[in-house]
Order: sequence, then C-alpha cells, then structure tokens
Amino acid sequence: MLLKIRSFMQKTFDAILPIFATLLALIIGIFMLKSLGKNPLDAYQALFEGAFGSQRAIIQTVIKATPLLLVGIGVCIAFRGGVVNIGGEGQIIMGALASAAVALYLPIPSRLIMIPLCLLTAMAAGAVWGGIPGFLKARMGVNEILTTVMMNSIAVYFSNFLLRGPMIDPHEIEMGTRAAQTAQMPEYTWLTRLAPPTQLNTGTILAVILAFFAFVLLWRTTIGYRIRAVGFNSAASKYAGIKVPIYQAMAMILSGAFSGLAGGIELFGVQHRVLENISANYGFNGIVTALFGNLHPIGTIPAAVLFGGLMVGGNKMQRSVQVHSAFIDTLLGLVVLFVVAAKIFSTNRSKRRAKNE
Amino acid sequence: MNNLFSAATIFGIIGMAIRLAMPYLYAGLGELFNQTAGCFNLGVEGIMMMGAFSAFYVVYQTGNLFLGIAAAAVIGLFMGLIMSLISVTFKAAQGISGIGLTMFGVGLSSLLFKTLLQGTVKSVAGFAPLKIPILGDIPFIGETFFQNNLMVYLAYCLIPVCSVVLYKTTLGLKIRSVGQNPQAADTLGVSVIKIRYLCVCIGGVLAGIAGATFSIANINMFQEKMTNGTGYIAVALVYFSGWKPKGVLFGALLFSFVNALQLRMQVLGINIPSDVAMMLPYILTIITLVFVQSRDAPAALSVPYERSEN
Repeated sequence: MLLKIRSFMQKTFDAILPIFATLLALIIGIFMLKSLGKNPLDAYQALFEGAFGSQRAIIQTVIKATPLLLVGIGVCIAFRGGVVNIGGEGQIIMGALASAAVALYLPIPSRLIMIPLCLLTAMAAGAVWGGIPGFLKARMGVNEILTTVMMNSIAVYFSNFLLRGPMIDPHEIEMGTRAAQTAQMPEYTWLTRLAPPTQLNTGTILAVILAFFAFVLLWRTTIGYRIRAVGFNSAASKYAGIKVPIYQAMAMILSGAFSGLAGGIELFGVQHRVLENISANYGFNGIVTALFGNLHPIGTIPAAVLFGGLMVGGNKMQRSVQVHSAFIDTLLGLVVLFVVAAKIFSTNRSKRRAKNE
Repeated sequence: MNNLFSAATIFGIIGMAIRLAMPYLYAGLGELFNQTAGCFNLGVEGIMMMGAFSAFYVVYQTGNLFLGIAAAAVIGLFMGLIMSLISVTFKAAQGISGIGLTMFGVGLSSLLFKTLLQGTVKSVAGFAPLKIPILGDIPFIGETFFQNNLMVYLAYCLIPVCSVVLYKTTLGLKIRSVGQNPQAADTLGVSVIKIRYLCVCIGGVLAGIAGATFSIANINMFQEKMTNGTGYIAVALVYFSGWKPKGVLFGALLFSFVNALQLRMQVLGINIPSDVAMMLPYILTIITLVFVQSRDAPAALSVPYERSEN
C-alpha cells in the first residue's frame, strides 16, 4: 500500500514537472516580449484568446492538435524503445506524398476501400522513412538522431521535386501559375468533416483512439514490454534474451508509421492536396508534445491540445499585436530545454526516496 | 566553354569548395571540442542561426565587421553556456536538449529578424577578398587558393591550432581524458565539470562564428533558416573525422566539394533537377555515417558524468 502511494506520488511529481517547465518558458517569454518593446500582457491575452477564446478557436486548436498527437505518440514509442526520432517532418511529408499518389493514380471510387488504403499507405511510407534510420541504428549502430535529421532534408527536397515536376497539379501548368502543389484529392478519399464549415474531421477521433491503442501496445503486450525493456536497459534486455536490434528498429518503424499517418490525415482531412509546407513544423512540435506528456501516449493527448493551441494562438498574436509567430517556436525550444533539464529533479527525488528506505 | 572538365570549371568548383568549407570547419572544430570532452551538442544549428543574425545585425548597424564577429562569438558563448548548464549540470539527455537549443535559436533568430529588421532581406558589405602578394598572382591556383577573405584563411589556420591544443598541451590531455574516462580523470584531480563547460563554450563560440560566416563573409545578407542544416552536417562531420582535426578538414572539404559541384551542376545545365541535386549532401552524410569507424569515438560521448557516491 505504502509503495503504491509512493509510486503514485512519484508519477504525480513527474507529471507536474513539465507544467513548471512550460510556465518558466512563458515567464522568460515575458522578458523577451518586454525587450522587443511589446506588451507581454496583451500578447499573452491574444495568444490565449486565439487558442481557446471561442468555439471556432477551440476547433482550430483541435485540428492542429491532431497531427501533433500522432507525431507525439510516435515519439513516445521511439523514446520508450531507447531511440530518438527527430524525423517526424520527413515522415509526415513522405506519408502525405505516398498516399496522395495512391489517391490520385488508383481509380477505385469507393470510400470503403480507398480511405483505409490511403491511410495505410501513409503509415507504410512513414514506417519506411523512419525504418531506414531504425535499421541503420539497429544493424550498424549509426546515430539515429543525425540520420533522421538528414532524412527530413531529403524528404523536403524530394517533395519539392515531385510537387514542381511529376506530381504537379496539371491545372497549374495549364494556367501557367505553376504553384508547387498536387491536384486536389478525389472527393471519395476525403475524411468526413465533423462540424462543417470547419475542417474538423474524423482523423481526430482516429488519433485519440490510436493514443489508447499505443498505450495498450506499450504496457499490455509482449512487444511493448520488450520495446520498453530495450529502452530502459539494453544490456539487461540482451542478457534476458531479447533481440535488442529488432526492437529498436521496430520502435522506429512504429514511430515513423504514426508520423506518416499524421501526414495522411492532414492531407485527406484538412488540406485535400499536398502543398509545399504540409509538415508545418508538426514533426518538431510533436517532440515537444511528447516530452510534455511525459512520453506517455495518454499524457500526450492534453499536451497536443496545449501545443496545438499555442500554434493557433501564435497566429492570432501575430495578427493582433504584431508579435511574429516565431515567438512560439522560441518558446517551444525553451520548453524542450527545461523539460529535459527538469528530469534531474525527478531522478534525484526517487534516488533520495530509495536511499531513505 | 561550359565544359565540366575545362580547367576554369574545375578550379572554379575547387575555389568555391574552399570557401564553402568555412562554416563546416568552424562548426566542425567546435563540435570536435564538445565531443572530445564527451558532450554531444546538437544545438550547433541553432547557435549558428543566432550567430548569423547577431553578426549581420551588428554589421548592419555599425559597419564594423570585427564587431560583428565578436557579437556572434559572444552569443555563441552564451548559448554554449546554456547548453553546458543543461547537459553538464542538469545531466539532461544531450541529443534532445540539442534539438531544443536548435528550436530556440532558429525561432529567436527569425523573431529578431521579423522584429528588428521588419523581415526584409538587406545586404551589408562583408569581408572582402584578400589577395596574398605574389602567390595570389599565379594563374588559376592563385585565384583559387590565395584570393579569399580573412575568415576563410582563419578557418584553415584553426586546424593546426586545434591539433596542437588537443594533442600537445596539458589542457588537451585533460579534455581527452574527460571524454574517454571521466571517472579516472576525476580521481586524478581533473575537474570534469569545468573541462566540459569549457569545451561546450568553445564549441558555442566557434558555432557562432560559423553562423557569422554565412551572413557577413559569404553571401552578406540574412535570411531565415539560411544555415539550412549545416549545423547538423557539422555534427555528422565530426563522426566522419574519426575525432581528429585533420579528419574535420578532410570531411569539410568533401562536403563543400559536393555542395559546390551541386551548385555548379545547375549553372552548367546538367540535366538533373535542382531539387534532386540539393539532396546530395544529406544523402552523403548518411552514407558517411554508415561507413564511419565509430571505434575511435570518445568512450564517454553523450554520457552525463555522475560522481559515484559511497
């Protein structure tokens, strides 16, 4: 019983730390705004109103939260397996491109077939893009952080190439405008909109279901147990007979699949065509989301709403008080720094407790 | 005359490569200090962007190039301090904190650019080419090697300096011991914390200067995200170098050569879409990481040091 209370206290303590880290980032933000000659109160008010101030704002926030949640779940799985997936951006792009190709070039006008097929393609493409660094890490010990960053850049240029060349909207060539984007996806591949005219779609529900699925996968199945064991102590896992490389690669593949799906849902649920900036920094902000959610898929749900809100509110802040939305990127960087630095308090606390036993 | 194999083209590409190697050299040598002491600083990209902006802004306001470099160095030092505070004192996971520092640096440089310069691209008079007497007059070779700007020469001079510091001084021995076996170094009275702080700060200063070379010693203007992943490549380059200054030189030249070739291919009208050509340096990075011998890596790389109690 006592142990249970202890473990609960430790968990609560761990869950509160990221909140303090975020508050600290917001406080530093006040000084930054002051030194830029802006009124911090006005800016934060605009930020909050833009994010949660009206029904429309909340819906926008939830729309942005969806890809963040999916990328965040992926980051959780990777982290739990002891690998770091910085490649969300690239995996989103590849997921969107591959599923767009299926939707555009495979004429099966049936929602029942096409929607699952498109989303599965997006997952597969993300899995491949995350799997390559995963494989290199598992087989040859190549630093996966660096390879995923490089895979991001490769995906961006590959997408630019396709959107300006082979996959460009034929309409854009006719018109002579040549905007770098694909044709609109056929209507039977669109995800159902939940509250027209807003872009809220069934993808959001799918993302939340998948968060619970990821929780079950990680904590209630053998595969999940092994992924976590490898991440917790790879030497001990190897000694216990777990094939460490396989589970490291699997963590990266799963992680990539979730990011790829984020690309697919952004495409079929929101944009309906692949645009140049479809990843919209979700890949990096998803890392912040996962860290804030304590690398737990369920904790990632409220985290995604919070950071989705910051992304939406940042635009409002830019419009109404002329603080550029890059301010939000800066804050998110600080949140990452503070959350990872705050880990030491959690470690120290549990050590102290263990010593007092 | 637009033949890829004419002397003018070849020397043109080599000359371009020699200039383009400059940021890789500064940032790579800085990261070499980091990693030799056992710290993996992935924030280089963010530090570079802040260096690029601060150097540009100071030069834009004062016209003094050396003040610009100094500003970039100070900002780099400051960001190095943040990184060392987080990864050495707070013992945070180093890969992810580097990503945080990069997000912070890239975001802040954009924010300052939008606020202080209203987001308009302006240009300044950067470092002018400095012709070395006599040597600079040799046809082709002079133009390629001896008519560069001061920051390019300095970058190459830094390699022997780093070599000497790391391999011929007591400080270098301490740095290497802290990276290889911090416990042993600590027992012998070397302050692991101090050495790591010092190295991460040196890395920060050099990364700041590397960023400055973009905005005041190469294209002489500031754009958002202008370093475009160079910081990450510089980190990869240290792996490629086998953790030796000479290796950094070789790697920097390899990458800048591929970059120059890629830029020239577009000018020469070789029929490869520019977007595909742009992928080359990143693909090359992955390939080099695969074939690199990581047995030379500092044993304590990216492991926070903790004094064992009892």
